Amino acid sequence: MVYLDHAASTPLRPEARDAWLAAAELTGNASSVHGAGQALRRVLEDARERVAAVLGCDPIEVVFTSGGTESVNLGIKGSWWAREQGRQAIVLPDGEHHATLDTVEWLASAQGADVRSVRLRLDGAVDLDAFVEALPGAALATALVANNEVGSVSDVAGLASASADAGVPLHLDAVGAIAHVPLDFSGLRGAGKDAGGLVALSVAGHKVGAPVGTGALVVSRYARMSAVLHGGGQQRGLRSGTPDVPGAAALAVALDLTATEREAESRRLRALADRLGAGIRAVVPQATLLGSADQRLPGHVHVLFPDALGETLLFLLDHAGVQVSTGSACQAGIAEPSHVVLALGYGDREARSVLRITLGRSTTETDVDAFLEALPDAHRRAAASSARAGSRS
Amino acid sequence: MSGGVDSAVAAARAVDAGHDVVGVHLALSRAGGTLRTGSRGCCTIEDALDARRAADLLGIPFYVWDFSERFRDDVIDDFVSEYRAGRTPNPCMRCNEKIKFAALLERALELGFDAVCTGHYATLVDGPHGRELHRASDEAKDQSYVLGVLTEDQLAHTYFPLGTTPSKAVVRAEAAERGLTVAQKPDSHDICFIPDGDTRGWLAERVGAEQGEVVDRDGAVVGRHEGAHAFTVGQRRGLQLGVPAADGKPRFVLEVRPVSNTVVVGPKEALATAEIAGERHSWAGRAPDGGAFDCHVQIRAHADPVPARATVDDGTVTVIPEAPFDGVAPGQTAVLYDGTRVIGQFTIARTVSAVPQNA
Repeated sequence: MVYLDHAASTPLRPEARDAWLAAAELTGNASSVHGAGQALRRVLEDARERVAAVLGCDPIEVVFTSGGTESVNLGIKGSWWAREQGRQAIVLPDGEHHATLDTVEWLASAQGADVRSVRLRLDGAVDLDAFVEALPGAALATALVANNEVGSVSDVAGLASASADAGVPLHLDAVGAIAHVPLDFSGLRGAGKDAGGLVALSVAGHKVGAPVGTGALVVSRYARMSAVLHGGGQQRGLRSGTPDVPGAAALAVALDLTATEREAESRRLRALADRLGAGIRAVVPQATLLGSADQRLPGHVHVLFPDALGETLLFLLDHAGVQVSTGSACQAGIAEPSHVVLALGYGDREARSVLRITLGRSTTETDVDAFLEALPDAHRRAAASSARAGSRS
Repeated sequence: MSGGVDSAVAAARAVDAGHDVVGVHLALSRAGGTLRTGSRGCCTIEDALDARRAADLLGIPFYVWDFSERFRDDVIDDFVSEYRAGRTPNPCMRCNEKIKFAALLERALELGFDAVCTGHYATLVDGPHGRELHRASDEAKDQSYVLGVLTEDQLAHTYFPLGTTPSKAVVRAEAAERGLTVAQKPDSHDICFIPDGDTRGWLAERVGAEQGEVVDRDGAVVGRHEGAHAFTVGQRRGLQLGVPAADGKPRFVLEVRPVSNTVVVGPKEALATAEIAGERHSWAGRAPDGGAFDCHVQIRAHADPVPARATVDDGTVTVIPEAPFDGVAPGQTAVLYDGTRVIGQFTIARTVSAVPQNA
């Protein structure tokens, strides 16, 4: 099996597994006053400090969550509900992840939020000028650090400082980026102590080798933020519920290792991705690599095959034992046209003709070559099938 | 794999027979519901999940293939336009003809598969003239009628593992024995794209419900209706007629005329149909040799086959039954049988009444 879908989820790190198991052996509730509780609490706070060190924030600013979607929901809804009086707009770049899109759409339809869309640049990064234009008077802004489909990395320093200048709270979704892009929360936030600028940053464990179901939201100590889950008031009252200590411990270990390995690993992945991209173009010359050429996630290859449906390619490659993604959301297993590719100005047909191939820690040259070996036959069949499907309409 | 018991057991038997099986669930609607309701048999997320769990149990890969656009174009739109034209279509048949054994089969062959295997109850026999389509062993469950649209080529790439099963109860028992969770799932019998089963209401939204006249065979107005699409030939219920029949007998729908938005009614005897004919036809295998032949003809999924004489002349198939049919609506499919073997089918375009109008 050749697994080339690390952006969907990357293999569990043995060290994270060990940390999870060790913490799971402990009896008790980290909120309990007695010794058993204190022992768990110690593991939890160790993890919090470790995560804070990696993300460049204070430990008190780390709120453990159940993963990316919860983090994004808290960052956006929490900021919306605590917004400054009279501010109704949410600045929303095109091509955001569905955790963001659907949250903002819900705030618009059910809570009266106005949405200010921000176009993407042709390379898939957020257009900073358009973003700046949309900011004045907004209740909040949100943006992906790196687009999870095409892999382009946005100018997050620019986004953060523009938000600070405009006095607009900013949430950054770093779920897909944190494995490859170093982020220093305090540095991005700047020295200001007001509620504008970077206030929240989402990360998820299973993108860095911790288990699914782990994650964190960094919430600035200066942020105005409401809770989404109410209850026992744990974690600054922002995320009630008995803390998941094993999850926190595993997340901390995985993030720490990721940060340590990041530079060398990025170099390694970039070389593999270049080899993959060149190999694809050699097999299918009409294929186009989408996304930024240099400002991109190193293990991310996003390809438009003008003559073949992504869904069909995915199926055929899977049958050949090579696992990749179309990158777009699935509803009951049906591939939707990619809203990101549409946002880049392509048509519906192109938005169905893309593959996202993402490399990660376990990827070797052998995996890349296995993909390239399986591609010609899969592409030939998919192109034949797609030609017939296309010729009907 | 629809998520029902039949396709799950068919897949299981295909696996047992040693085939390299991949489970495919057809997504036929992009706006499918989340949970199954009533007797709808497909298209919800819950049904797709049922299919996936069956594939998991069998240890086969599982995919959802999106045919919603083709289904909309070839089945749903066709259904609406047929009603709009005053005909009575069978959408399941259209789905078999255009989707399951056309779009799906084409795609499967292109992707390197040899056949489409389904949970239909029908039997394939390799006879002297190639592959033949026969009724299933379980006559009560036999689905050869809705498969009557399949051609020689399609039959050559089709596999019905349930065809020889003596009864549906056996299939359910087998499903239970295999541990398939869908063993007791209710059968689906409504039109899958009409979620609440309210075909009239659904059609009214699309065809438009316009009041019109109900007339007798002499053209005299005997009542009004709320939209001609709600009526089908042979129907008795739902006619609100102000003027009673002279003989006091119940009246039935004899004809629907969409252009004038008129519904024609008359006595039961007037439903008797002596002849049916149509051009749109296909043969399930080799075309019949002669221009005329004896056969049995079945005009609805649950109708009894009746002895008849069929003639094929210049692309037109004409069938004269030994005894008249009791109400035939244009748009229905007539499937011709030679014993248990399906000869072919045609869409009924014209009917000839057994009772002259002035009799």
